[in-house]
Amino acid sequence: MDVMPRWADVILVPVISIILAFAISGLVILGIGENPWDALTTMVSGALGSTYGWGYTLYYATNFIFTGLCVAVAFHARLFNIGGEGQAALGGLGVALVCLAVPWPHWALALPAAILGGALFGAFWAAIPAWAQAWRGSHIVITTIMFNFIAAALLNYLLVNTLKPQGSMDPATARFPEGAHLPTLAEMLNPIGIPFSGAGPANVSFVIALLACLLVWVLIWRTRLGYEIRAYGHSEPAAVYAGISPRKIIMLTMMISGALAGLMAINNVMGEAERLVLNSVEGAGFIGIAVALMGRSHPLGVLLAAILFGFLYQGGAELALFTSIPRELIVVIQALVILFTGALDNMVRMPIEALFLRARDRRAAKASAEPPAGPEAKTEPAAR
Amino acid sequence: MTMMRTLLGAATATALTAGAGLAEPALIFDLGGKFDKSFNESAYMGAERWAEETGGEYLEIEMQSEAQREQALRRFAEAGANPIITTGFAFSDPIAQVAPDYPDTDFVTIDGYVDAPNVLTIGFAEHQGSYLVGVLAAMASEGDTVGFIGGMDVPLIRKFACGYAQGVKAVNPDATVISNMTGTTPAAWNDPVTGSELTRAQIGQGADVIYAAAGGTGVGILQTAADEDILSIGVDSNQNYLHPGQVLTSMTKRVDNAVYDVMMSGDDLETGTVQILGLADDGVGYAVDEYNEEMITEEMAARVEEAKANIISGDVEVHDYTSDDSCPDLSF
Repeated sequence: MDVMPRWADVILVPVISIILAFAISGLVILGIGENPWDALTTMVSGALGSTYGWGYTLYYATNFIFTGLCVAVAFHARLFNIGGEGQAALGGLGVALVCLAVPWPHWALALPAAILGGALFGAFWAAIPAWAQAWRGSHIVITTIMFNFIAAALLNYLLVNTLKPQGSMDPATARFPEGAHLPTLAEMLNPIGIPFSGAGPANVSFVIALLACLLVWVLIWRTRLGYEIRAYGHSEPAAVYAGISPRKIIMLTMMISGALAGLMAINNVMGEAERLVLNSVEGAGFIGIAVALMGRSHPLGVLLAAILFGFLYQGGAELALFTSIPRELIVVIQALVILFTGALDNMVRMPIEALFLRARDRRAAKASAEPPAGPEAKTEPAAR
Repeated sequence: MTMMRTLLGAATATALTAGAGLAEPALIFDLGGKFDKSFNESAYMGAERWAEETGGEYLEIEMQSEAQREQALRRFAEAGANPIITTGFAFSDPIAQVAPDYPDTDFVTIDGYVDAPNVLTIGFAEHQGSYLVGVLAAMASEGDTVGFIGGMDVPLIRKFACGYAQGVKAVNPDATVISNMTGTTPAAWNDPVTGSELTRAQIGQGADVIYAAAGGTGVGILQTAADEDILSIGVDSNQNYLHPGQVLTSMTKRVDNAVYDVMMSGDDLETGTVQILGLADDGVGYAVDEYNEEMITEEMAARVEEAKANIISGDVEVHDYTSDDSCPDLSF
């Protein structure tokens, strides 16, 4: 059955892929006449070497956790939700409307309401393509990607024409009230004696993201709905035979998926910008696809992959700030990581599988070559 | 630019208290990137001119994400850069957040607006410059229809379109101004293919002069206009040379001069004020050079110079879209 032990599948293969991606990035950096070692140390110290760096790394990671979970949940039903970008944008609209509607006295009240607003708007935006898929058979990949553009157009229209304070050049909403300010990690950790730089935008949303990971794990592997989602994903006819309604599964899965993308807005819109700006998602919806692929659609994998991409984003910013490596190169590094962990996964996986197979064969051969078949010899492997 | 690496040490040591007189200026480019053939590139040219003339060096960074704005401002301020110049309206809010924390650092926002004692706001009267090229467009047009193609649909671009439409209507009240925006995402600033399609669509509707205010997208608009043998109008930088004899003129917005002047004044920079660079101080204008002088007839030159004088003297007031989010001569 399984050729490789689980640890090799979830850790060894991705790690080798990442090392390969970094090695090739190093060659590219060498090619443009820069020092790859300097670049790497700049990235690592800038992203992970201080609480300042962590403040940004975790901020980006929080975005990617939400969008990664969004893609992962849908993928368990073999639905390829590419619409995280648009769903997160709509989530931003929901969060902004909630934050601006009421002069919130305290964030502890504003946050649950914003979570609800973001999740509902995100779910709504995913529900329309889901409906088209479930009832009309319109392919979810096509419809969700189209809905990204519709979301961008809708947000542009609203921000330029209605939500923008009059006379402002910036197509963005007004600032949220003070009471909707989410505590940053620094504001949370410093009072309990843990020093953390106040510069980074990472905030309480990171904790919500961790909770979301846990809840997704519970949903997929510990609930009836999760079982139905996975059953549907493995085989639609079998699921139908078992009495599972495909329409219900498509609708529910996509709406949960969209809600997770929409939740991202509590981090970038409410936690960081504290107002809704145009283009607030900035591609996090698409990064989510890479994160989910890399994380094998498992919440723990998504968490780790999201932190890796957070590291790439923040490390990349440090590169741009303090070396003359152009920003395009950072995109190259990110693309190589996605290429190796996503598209070229089998290139690494197959040789490793072959290695494990050979090791197993050798073990089996050794076992069969061992002393003649006697009663003790037969029971021994079982005891082992 | 290699001195940036030497800064690495300084920055990790958090605050470097450099003497104000020795400070290097810093320039932060907006998301469009340094080489957008337009707005940011113009700022870059100004900084390069300063560096060349004075032998000075400056720090720079191109934004990649919204969250980096505040990050870059703080890092440069802590590294002792002074003044810190930013391009793009989106920096208004981050500067308003950061500036009070660094009272000894001067910040400059080009196109934004921040009311703080250590911030200089530089704006451009794009509507006035656009009005003048609108006058030229209406006079060069053989029919009654001229076109406008913007980049992303944001208030700033509507300000361009609105000024242009007013200039056209001033010459020919019956003229039709067709206005299109390339898109609703930042990709619209760099989408020559869509720009080209829109140009063809506007030609189909009868436009024979098209004003492109669309950053990198404009390259496609100017190219298609030249291919289809109609006239086009460039923006921000002087783009007349791109298609000699086929680019009627360019609405110049001298971001380079603004950056150059700020860097030149160094410590003497006057902050806490708003500078609006308009026609009077050549902050905006229309470009005439050897590539287009034959197309600007004497009659056109006289008319546009008259309009310019009237705007400067205040006899003609060009409506600014962003003052009340509406335009008398164009609906969006």
